[in-house]
Amino acid sequence: MSGHVAPLKLYAFVFGSLLVLTGVTVGVAYVDLGPLNTLVALLIAGFKAALVILFFMHVRWSSRMTKLFVCAGFFWLLLMILITMSDYDTRSWLIG
Amino acid sequence: METSWPARPRKELAVSSTTHGPLAHHFEDLDQQHEAASLGMWAFLVSEVMFFGGLFTAYTVYRAKYPDAFAAASHHLDVQLGAINTAVLIVSSLTMALAVRNAQTGNNKKTILHLVLTLVLGAAFVGIKLVEWSHKAHDHLIPGAHFEFDPAFAGQAEIFYSLYFAMTGLHAFHMLVGFGLIGVVIWLAARGRFSPENPNTVEMTGLYWHFVDIVWIFLFPLLYLLGRHG
Repeated sequence: MSGHVAPLKLYAFVFGSLLVLTGVTVGVAYVDLGPLNTLVALLIAGFKAALVILFFMHVRWSSRMTKLFVCAGFFWLLLMILITMSDYDTRSWLIG
Repeated sequence: METSWPARPRKELAVSSTTHGPLAHHFEDLDQQHEAASLGMWAFLVSEVMFFGGLFTAYTVYRAKYPDAFAAASHHLDVQLGAINTAVLIVSSLTMALAVRNAQTGNNKKTILHLVLTLVLGAAFVGIKLVEWSHKAHDHLIPGAHFEFDPAFAGQAEIFYSLYFAMTGLHAFHMLVGFGLIGVVIWLAARGRFSPENPNTVEMTGLYWHFVDIVWIFLFPLLYLLGRHG
């Protein structure tokens, strides 16, 4: 056998959580939280993505090397957005 | 001239070249083979994160610059269809996970059944997406000469819709590629090409499909759910 066979109960739990969190993210969008709305939406999406990556994509049971690749990919995305935004937010005299 | 290569019996050649056996000849064992497949697939998926990352970054820049126009433009998207499509993709991720699990445990018929279900759900997603796009065309929300919007926000809303079509379009294109991949995997499964020792092709196709699901998990709130409380 190669690869980890995950228990069906775990898949059912992940699936249920993903559906519930989709409902929560729609519901929360109609409540005025000010700038927190975006943060909450991103946190919920991030949590859903983590569930899919860890369990449906078996990363929970993958080698450290694979985990490193996964983290590096999303860390790169974070850097790309953070550094770009730090530039746009602090050089307003150039872009109006 | 005599060749110095040792003669190799045909039979041995047939055994050592194991394109049909569970272990390809260039791997030490099944675990190493599985590790190589997973790591290679993830290297590809990380490059996909970078591919979509450019669009997500452009979205972040323009949304930070024009928050009111983005909220107003987002109001014209159909939350109900978007939420239904999110659920459809989540169910398709479950059926894909089950297809992989059945391949791991050697249940070929159930593998094929779950792959077909995944394909049907994926087609439903793209179908709903086409309905949404045609509504946008009807409402003059496709960027270009015929774009119409509240003049206070027109140009800025057009940027939102350019990003909307680029992001959902690239995502839908990935769905179509996924259909092709799943189709090939169904064909291979029907020919009995997978075993509990080597379900890697099914599993790697699953990784691709789940990745496309994750992209949508972010696209849905970022595009559809802006300023709904206003």
